[in-house]
Amino acid sequence: MADPMKIRANAVGDSTEVKVLMNHEMETGQRKDAQGKAIPAWFIQNVTATYNGKTVLDAQWGPAVSKNPFLAFKFKGGAKGEKVTITWTDNRGDKRTDEATIA
Amino acid sequence: MNARRRKLLKQGGGVTLFALLAAAGWITPGEAAAAESWNKGAFDTHSMDETMKALGGSAPVPSKDITFFSTPDIAENGAVVPIGITSNVPKTESIAILIEKNPNMLAAVFDIPAGTDPSLSTRVKMGQSSNVYALVKADGKYYMASKEIKVTLGGCGG
Repeated sequence: MADPMKIRANAVGDSTEVKVLMNHEMETGQRKDAQGKAIPAWFIQNVTATYNGKTVLDAQWGPAVSKNPFLAFKFKGGAKGEKVTITWTDNRGDKRTDEATIA
Repeated sequence: MNARRRKLLKQGGGVTLFALLAAAGWITPGEAAAAESWNKGAFDTHSMDETMKALGGSAPVPSKDITFFSTPDIAENGAVVPIGITSNVPKTESIAILIEKNPNMLAAVFDIPAGTDPSLSTRVKMGQSSNVYALVKADGKYYMASKEIKVTLGGCGG
C-alpha cells in the first residue's frame, strides 16, 4: 500500500476548496537506469474525488503529471465537519483512498 | 458428478460474493468503471490532431475565456511545472492539459461535473520549452488556449 495522501479541504463561502498532495513515484517509462535498461512506467491513471456520495472531480492522468502529484480544485457545497474522499488507481492496479474533514 | 457440482458452487459463490460486495457498497459500479476508463489511445498520441481524434472531438476553437493562473513563463525545473487553468466557457465539461513537445502530448484530463468550479491546478513534467495547451470541452464543443513555457535546466537561464 502506498503512502497516505495529504488532503486539505476548506470551506470558503458556499464552496469547498480541496488541495491534495499524493505520494507516488510517477515513473514515465522514458528513463533508463544505470545499466541502460528502461525503467517501466508506473503512474496514477485515475483520480476520483467524492463528496456526499457524489463525484466532484474525475481525472485521467498520463505519466506527464509530476512526481508526488499536487491537485487543487473547488466545488460548490460542503460544510464544516463533512468529509471529502479521494481515490487514485495507478497502472499497476494499486489503489489508495483517503478522506479529509472539511475545515 | 460431485466434482462438477463443486465447481458450479464455486462459480456461483464467486458471483454472489461480488454482488454482495457491490450491494454493501464495498465495490460501487462507478468505481469499477473508473478503473477501466483510462483512455489509453488518447495518452499515446503525439500531435494535437491525433489527440483530438482519440478524444473524439473536432479541431478546437481558440478561446479567450480560458485563462492560465499561477503558471510560470519560465520554469526552472521541468520536472515540476505548476499549471493552473480556469475556464469561463459556459457548461465546461472537461479540462485537459496538453504539452506540445512532450513524448506524449496529453498530460491529464479532468472531468468537471456540474457544481464543481471549472478551475483547477496541478503540476506537470516538461521535457523542454514548449507550448502548453488548455483544452476545454464545453457543451460538446472543444475550445483551447495556449501558453509558452520556457524550461531552464540547471538554473542557468534560457
